[in-house]
Order: sequence, then C-alpha cells, then structure tokens
Amino acid sequence: MSNTTLTALFTLGRKEVVRILRIWSQTILPPAITMTLYFVIFGNLIGKRIGQMGGFDYMAFIVPGLVMMSVITNSYGNIVSSFFGAKFSKHIEEMLVSPMPNWVILFGHILGALSRGLIVGSIVTVISLFFTEIHIHNMWIVISTVVLTSVVFALGGFINACYATKFDDIAIIPAFILTPLTYLGGVFYSISLLPEFWQTVSKFNPVLYMVNAFRYGFLGVSDVSIYTAYVVILTFVVVLTIICLTMLHKGVGLRS
Amino acid sequence: MTIALKVSKLKKTYKNGTIALKGLDLEVKAGEIFALLGPNGAGKSTLIGIISSLVNMTSGDVEVFGDSLTRQRNKVKSHIGLVPQEFNFNMFEKPMDILVNQAGYYGVPRKIALERAEKYLKQLQLWDKKDSMSRMLSGGMKRRLMIARAMMNEPKLLILDEPTAGVDIEIRRSMWEFVEEIANAGTTIILTTHYLEEAEQLCKNIAIINHGEIIQNTTIKQLLTTLDIETFIFDLDKQPSKELLELLDAEITEDNSIQLDVHKTKALNDVFKHVDKLNYKVLSMRNKVNRLEELFYKMTHKEDQEMEKQS
Repeated sequence: MSNTTLTALFTLGRKEVVRILRIWSQTILPPAITMTLYFVIFGNLIGKRIGQMGGFDYMAFIVPGLVMMSVITNSYGNIVSSFFGAKFSKHIEEMLVSPMPNWVILFGHILGALSRGLIVGSIVTVISLFFTEIHIHNMWIVISTVVLTSVVFALGGFINACYATKFDDIAIIPAFILTPLTYLGGVFYSISLLPEFWQTVSKFNPVLYMVNAFRYGFLGVSDVSIYTAYVVILTFVVVLTIICLTMLHKGVGLRS
Repeated sequence: MTIALKVSKLKKTYKNGTIALKGLDLEVKAGEIFALLGPNGAGKSTLIGIISSLVNMTSGDVEVFGDSLTRQRNKVKSHIGLVPQEFNFNMFEKPMDILVNQAGYYGVPRKIALERAEKYLKQLQLWDKKDSMSRMLSGGMKRRLMIARAMMNEPKLLILDEPTAGVDIEIRRSMWEFVEEIANAGTTIILTTHYLEEAEQLCKNIAIINHGEIIQNTTIKQLLTTLDIETFIFDLDKQPSKELLELLDAEITEDNSIQLDVHKTKALNDVFKHVDKLNYKVLSMRNKVNRLEELFYKMTHKEDQEMEKQS
C-alpha cells in the first residue's frame, strides 16, 4: 500500500471518528441510556423471575446479546447516516473527485462504523458490570466476532446509504428489517425455548449466528455451532464487500 | 505546446434518455485560462462532471495532461481541482478541517496539508474564519473556501464552475486577481461563467457549448470581431424629441437617455452630427451591454431558432 493511500485512509478514518466524538450526544449517549434501561427492566426486574438460561443467570445470559445488539445498530446507523449525509449535502464529491481508491472510501467508512460500534459496545459492557459479573470463555472469539459483525453491518449500511435517495430510505431498513432480525436473533432468549419449526426458521436469521458466537466467547454456550457461525459471518463479509466495491466502481447512487 | 485537456467524441446520454453531449471535441492548451460558455442545460455541467469523475461518460474519452480518464482515472483525478457551482462541503465542519481533509484524500501528508491550508486561507482572506462553522460563512466566503479546497492538491488543471456567482464586485475582482495569480504560476484554468465580462477580462480562448455541442471555439478577440452591431446609450441634457428619435432610429431608456444600435461600418460622427443639429448635448455615452454577452446571446439564440425551423 502506497503512502498516499495510507494517508487517504487515515484521513477518512480520522474524520469519521472525529465526527462520532463531535456529536457524542447523538452517537454515544443514546445507546448507552437505552441499554441501561434494558439491563434494569429485562435483566434486573423481569430477569430475576425468569431464573437461569443456558446454565447462567438471565442477566449474565443477555449481556452478550445486548452488547452485540448495540454494536449492530450503531455500526449500521453510523455508516448509513454518515455516508447518506455526505451524499445528501454533496460533500461526498470531495471523495469522488480525489484519486482515493474505492476500497479506501469503503474501508475508511467501515473504520468509522467499527469505531462507533466498539465504543458503544465497550460502554454497554462497562454498564453491565453494575448489574452482573462478566465471564470470559475465549477472548479471541469475543474480539473476532464483535469486529466481524460490526463490519458486516457497516457493509450493509453502506449499501443502504448508496441506494437511498431520501431520509425515509435510511429509516426503513433499520425499522423493518434490522430491528426484527436483531430481536429475533437470540438476544433475549435461547432458541431451544422455541418450537422446532421456529428453531428452524430462526436458523435463517444471520444475527442468530453473530449473537451466539459472541455469547460463546463470553459464556461458552451457544445455540449454533461456532464454526458454522464463523462461516456465516465471513461469507457475509466477503459477499457484501464485493457488492459494495462493485457499487462504488459503477457509481451506483453516486454518479449519474 | 502541451495539451492540458483533450476531449474526444464525448457522448453522454442520461438514463431518462436526455442527450447531454453529442460527441463533443475540445482541446485546452496548458497554462491558459479558458472560458467555457453556454446557456443553462447546454451540457457544461455534464462535461465538467465527466472530466472530474462525478458523471459517467457514455462513450468517448478525456485526456488530462496525456492521461486517459478511461484507463488512468486516478492519475487524471490527481491533476484536477474542482470548484463546483453548488456548495458541496460539510456545513458542520470548520474551513481548516475541510481543507486538511481534502488534501488528505489526495494523499498529502497532514503537516504539509496544514501549511497549504494556512497559505490558501490567507490568500483568500479566510484565515480569521478558519475555526468557524462553515455554515456561518457568507456566500462569498463559501465560494472562496471551495477555491481554497480545490487548490489543496496543487492541481495542474483547475476547473472553476461559475466561481463568482452571487459574490459582490469587490470580492469578484479579488477572486479574479487570485485566478490570474495561479494561472501565472502555471496552473491551467477552465472557467465557466454567466458573467461574460469575467470571461472577457480573464480568458484568451473561449468555447461556446449549446445543445451538447461546441458551436464556437476560438479566441475572444477573434470572436468579438464577428460582432457587427454595438448598442450605445447616450445621456442627453434634455428630454429627446420625437424627431431626434426618428432621425437616429433610437428609443428612450430613461428620462433623458436614448439607446441606439450602431453598425460597425457606420461612424459615430454621424450620430453626433444629428444630435448637434437638433441642439442636444451628449453628457455621457456608454455601451449598453457587454459585447461578448450580446454575441453569446445571438449565437445561442440563432441556433435555437434554426433548430425550431428544422423541427
């Protein structure tokens, strides 16, 4: 990689992180408050009556799911708002006229999404310590699944932002696709509680693999095979990356 | 002589079927300030969009300093600086950050980017606004910010798409000085403008584009020689009589002012003779419109009329 490419990547990544920190009251504070409420209501108040799940207190069981949920929504939300915002106010042209390679435009924005996902995920993890103890079964699985999942949803958000022509278009996908997939992805429950038919249906939900792989890293329990989970996540990373780079090459939603 | 820009058989048809460029050819020599004029919808912005990689071409090619846009897009991009018509920077960022980031996208190290940003912000009288929110800048300041941003990669070819639209006369003239300064330093400049006085003042060569084709490509001096009629306004010492108006084939513009067309072959002495004979004094005299503007209107209007006839 040449020095000029590295400089461009560093510039874009830095700009994205500065943006996240500049508008912290929109990017970092709200998810922290939302997740604290989840811990208090679902974990502490209702969770005490649920008892154990997967051999752990309900609170300890849902912590990895809630952390992953915040990483998913914030990674997606960051890239979609940043990239669509740049398109809407036309400052995306600053990047398009420059000799920055397409993969740098993509990776620079992913760095921003990843940063926000990890910052929010870390804050949620720290908040969870006020409610329960955290077990770490395998740190490498924790780190790799959270990073790869953040990248998957950053790539998804990038595609959404490229196609979006109005603000409604960036609100529809999170509301009607992302939220249901996340809530039904085993964040709050083990799919072993579901009837067999719905267990099979749940296995078509990619979020299930991400949440369970992450939970496995913490607790050592999972509803799905950890290897299958990695295959699913990595397949999404590769396929979505190819789609994003093709879109950038053709200028879909960017060049007329 | 090095060719800065070579556009060959460039065509652009948008998805809705609109044909914006119909096989356009154009050459701009290195080191000059070149005017590109055309009415709204003529294809100027599409041409600039294609050159600066914001619009996909349908066919043809663009070469910038010998590098082909179809084969060496990133190399072409590194030669160009663009000042677009519309404001296209993040209104929530500071001018300093906008400039430094733009340089970074071109691979300019941060230390050098900071030095360049200071240089251009000072040259364009924006230094005291470097840490203000960009949306708080006036229209003229925003235009100058875009010029400073376009200079951050020190381009060999600078494209100015109506850079002085909406700025006051004083700032416009200071921007002209800046443009001449960077042209003198060796940067080739392509200027589109609706202020034809601006083109006449700054540029030596000119191309007029209409309906996606170049209808004239010559020197401004040569172009102006084709203008055979000039319109003058005379301010007189008293209300002009009907007799004077008929004699000069003139019309009243204001209370004591008349407007008349004078053919180039006709001497102005004849006009003065008539005015003198009827006991009027000419207090002042001026051209009604910019000569280039009149010519531009005639050329594009004539073409429109011919197209209407054909259809």
